Amino acid sequence: MSSLPPILASLKRHKLPALLLMLQVSLTCAIVCNVAFMITHSITQLHQVSGVAEDELVMIDSSDLDDNAQPLVRHTTDLAALRAIPGVKSAAAIDALPFNRNDWTNGIALSPDAPARASATAFNGTPRELETLGLHLVEGRDFLPDEYIPVGSAHDWAGIDHVAVTIITRALAEKLFPGQDPLGKAIYPGDKPVRIVGVVDHLARPHAHEGGDDEYATLFPLLPDMNDVTYVLRTSAGERDHILQRASDVLNRLDDNRILQDTQTFSQLRSDYFHRNRTMISLLIAAALGLFSVTAIGIAGLANFWVQQRRRSIGIRRALGATHSDILHYFQGENLLIVGAGVVLGSLLAYTLNIVLMEYYEQARLPPNYLMIGALSLWLLGQLAVLGPALRAAAVPPVMAIRSA
Amino acid sequence: MLVYYFSLAMISLKRNRVITALMILAIGLGIGASMTMATVLHVMSGDPLPGRSGYLYVPVIDASPVRESQPKRATPDDDLTWPDALNLLHAARAEKQAAMSGGRLPIRPDNPSQKPFFEHGHYVTADFFPMFGTPFLAGRGWTREDDESHARVVVLNASLNRKLFGDAPGIGRTVRLKNIDFRVIGVLDDWQPQPTFYASVNERSFGQTDQLFLPLQTAMELNFDMQGRLWCWGSSGDTRTSDHCTWLQFWVQLSNPASVLGYRDFLANYWREQQAHGRFTRPVNVHLYGLMDWLAYQHVIPDDLRLQLWLALGFLGVCMINIVGLLLAKFLRRSGELSVRRALGARRRDLFLQLGMEAAVIGMAGGMLGLGLAELGLWSVRQRPDGYAHLAQMDISMLAGTLLLAVLSSVLAGLLPAWRACNIPPALQLKTQ
Repeated sequence: MSSLPPILASLKRHKLPALLLMLQVSLTCAIVCNVAFMITHSITQLHQVSGVAEDELVMIDSSDLDDNAQPLVRHTTDLAALRAIPGVKSAAAIDALPFNRNDWTNGIALSPDAPARASATAFNGTPRELETLGLHLVEGRDFLPDEYIPVGSAHDWAGIDHVAVTIITRALAEKLFPGQDPLGKAIYPGDKPVRIVGVVDHLARPHAHEGGDDEYATLFPLLPDMNDVTYVLRTSAGERDHILQRASDVLNRLDDNRILQDTQTFSQLRSDYFHRNRTMISLLIAAALGLFSVTAIGIAGLANFWVQQRRRSIGIRRALGATHSDILHYFQGENLLIVGAGVVLGSLLAYTLNIVLMEYYEQARLPPNYLMIGALSLWLLGQLAVLGPALRAAAVPPVMAIRSA
Repeated sequence: MLVYYFSLAMISLKRNRVITALMILAIGLGIGASMTMATVLHVMSGDPLPGRSGYLYVPVIDASPVRESQPKRATPDDDLTWPDALNLLHAARAEKQAAMSGGRLPIRPDNPSQKPFFEHGHYVTADFFPMFGTPFLAGRGWTREDDESHARVVVLNASLNRKLFGDAPGIGRTVRLKNIDFRVIGVLDDWQPQPTFYASVNERSFGQTDQLFLPLQTAMELNFDMQGRLWCWGSSGDTRTSDHCTWLQFWVQLSNPASVLGYRDFLANYWREQQAHGRFTRPVNVHLYGLMDWLAYQHVIPDDLRLQLWLALGFLGVCMINIVGLLLAKFLRRSGELSVRRALGARRRDLFLQLGMEAAVIGMAGGMLGLGLAELGLWSVRQRPDGYAHLAQMDISMLAGTLLLAVLSSVLAGLLPAWRACNIPPALQLKTQ
C-alpha cells in the first residue's frame, strides 16, 4: 500500500464526488443486505413442507344441491366410483387441505376448564385419509374403522365433543407435551377429552400462521357430512390431468345436481397459494440487481471521468517511472478505499433499516453473515466496475506528460 | 437564451454518449419503479364511496372475554355477534344502520341448458341500499318490514341480471337460490365499490364483487351458508345465533359530529347495560371508525405493497445520488471551459442556468423513459391474479406526477453540481491549464 498517501491526497481534491460515491455504496449495501434477507425468508416460506404427497394428489370440490340429500351416503357412493377409476391408488373425502384456506381452528386445552395452550386446525375426513394424503405416521396408529363418527355439521360441528381419538402433528405434540411421549395423552379441543393415538411428522395448515404455528394440526375420525366436500385422489404424477377429467365425468354421471369446482392438482393449489410470495421474490431480486447495476454504473462512470481528468498527471507519473500495474493498482486501491468506507457506513445503515423493518413489518434481526456477503459483493462489484477505466489509465503513454490536456 | 443553453446541453451530453445514456437509464429505472408502486397504492387507497364515506361509521364493541392465552390475531377481528347486531339494529339510534354478512349461494337458472353455478353475495338489512346510495337500474331495495317478515326477495347486480335474464331487468321474476325461489325486486347498475369496504377486509377486498343481496333474517331462517370469519369463544354450540360468536359487519350513518358523539355514548351505555347482564367482561372501550379510517385500521392495503413502494423509493434515491455524483464529475471536469466563459463575462447565474438546463434535459429524458417503464410495470401488475390488479391504471394526476418527479429530482440532482461548478474562479483556471 505504498500508494495510499497519493490516493488520499487525490481524494481530498475530489472530496464531494468521492463522498457521494461512498454514500451511494452505503445505501446500496444497507438496502441489498435487508433485501437479501427478505428473499431468503420468502424462499423459506415458499418451500414450506405440506406433509402430503404433493406430486400425486388431485382434488375436486363437490357441492350437492339437493337439500334432502344424505351426504354420508352420497360421499360413500362417490368415493366407491372414484376408487374404481383405473390409476386411482386411493381416495378420501375431506374438509380441509394444506394451503386451501378452509381453516377450522380450535383452541386446545389440556384440562376441561383450562385456557387453551395452542390453537390448531382440525382436519376431518373419511377412512384412508392418511394413506390418500400420504401423511407419515411416525408414532402410534391410524384410526380404527369403528372410531369414525359424523362431524355433526347440522348441529354446529357437534362431533368435536364426541370424538374419542385424534392424531396430531409432531409440532403440536412438542408444543403441548414438550419432551414427553404424547401417545395416550388427552387434549380438549372441545368440551370432552380426546386421546392421542398417533403422531404425523408434518401437516401444514390451510392458512399461513405465524412462525412455529404453521403445523399445529389435529386429525379427527370425523366424517364430513356437509353437502360441500373435497374429494382427494392419489394417483401417479403423470396421470393427474387425465384422472381429474375422468373423476369429473364420473361424479357428474352419478349425480348432476351438483356443482364441481376447484378441479385441480395439489401443485396448482400450492402455486396459487404462494403466487404473492413469488411476485415478492422476483421484485426483491430485481431491486437488488437494479441497485447493483446502478452502483456499478456510478463507480465506472466516476472512475472514467477521473481517468480523463488525470491523463496528464498519469502521463507524468508514467514518465517518472511508474509501471502499468502501478497505475492500475492506484485506481483499484482508490476504489477499495471508497467502497470500504461505504460498506462501513452501510453496515450501520443496514442495521438501522433492519430495526425499522422489525418495527413495522415483523422482520427478524439481520444475521451478520448477510452483511459480510453484502460487503464482499460490493467490493467485488467495485473492483470489476473500476477495472475498465483503470486499464485505460494504465495504457496512458508517458508522452502524455508533455502534451497539453 | 434557454434555447442556446439547450443546444449547449445537447452538445455536452453527446460528448459522453455512454455515460449520458446510463444516467438516463438510471433515472428512468428509478422513476419507473417508484411510479409503478405509487400508482398501485394510489388507486388502492381511493375512496370507495365518494361523497358518502364521510358519514359512514363502523361501531366496534368487543364482546369477547379477557383471556391471557388468547392467540394473537393477525388481523383485527371486530365483527359483532347476532344478538348485539339485532339490538343495535332495533335500537335504531343512528340515522341509518345495517347489519350484514357475506355468503355464497348456488343459483339454478330457469334455462335447463345452463348449469347451476355459485355466486358471491351479501345478506344485508333494509338500510343497506339507501345508506350506501347503491344506484338502482330498476326496482328498489326492501323495507324493514320485509326484514322482519323474512321476505324472500332479492336484489341483483347488473352482470348477474344479464346472465339470468338478458338485457331487460328481471324485476318480478324469480331466482332459485339453493332450492328456494326469491322474487327479484331490484337491479343495481353494476355497483362495485373498490375495495368492497362493507365486507370483512381480507385478501379478496379488491376485485371480486357481490352479485346478489338478500335479507339477512331470511338467510338466517333458511340457514344459508355464510362466508368469512366466524370467531367463537367458550364452548356450547348454537353457533351463529349465539352471543359468543362474532361474524357480522355493522355500519351506521351519522351525518354530523354531534350525532357521532351521541352514538358513541349510546354504545358505551349499551356496553354497561350488557355488563349488568354478565356479558362484555372487558372494560368499556367503544370505537367508532369512519370509513377511510376503518380501511386503514383493517390494513386493506397489504403491507407488502407498502414495502414495495419504500423499496422503489430507496432505489430512486440511490439512482439520484448516482446522478449527482456523475454530474458533479462531469461539470467539474469542464472547469477549463467554464472558467473561460466566466473570464469572457458570463455571470455565475448564466453558468448555473446552462448547467441546470443540462441536468433538466437528462431529467426529462429519464422521465419519459420512466413513464414508459411505469406503464410497462403497471401492465405487468395487471397480469397478476390479485383482485386489485385490474385497477392498476395510470390516471392524469399520476402521469403528471411522474414527469414532475423526474424533472424535479434531476434538477435537484443537478443543483449541487451546478452550484459547485459555477463557483469556479475565472482567471485561475486559465493559468494552471
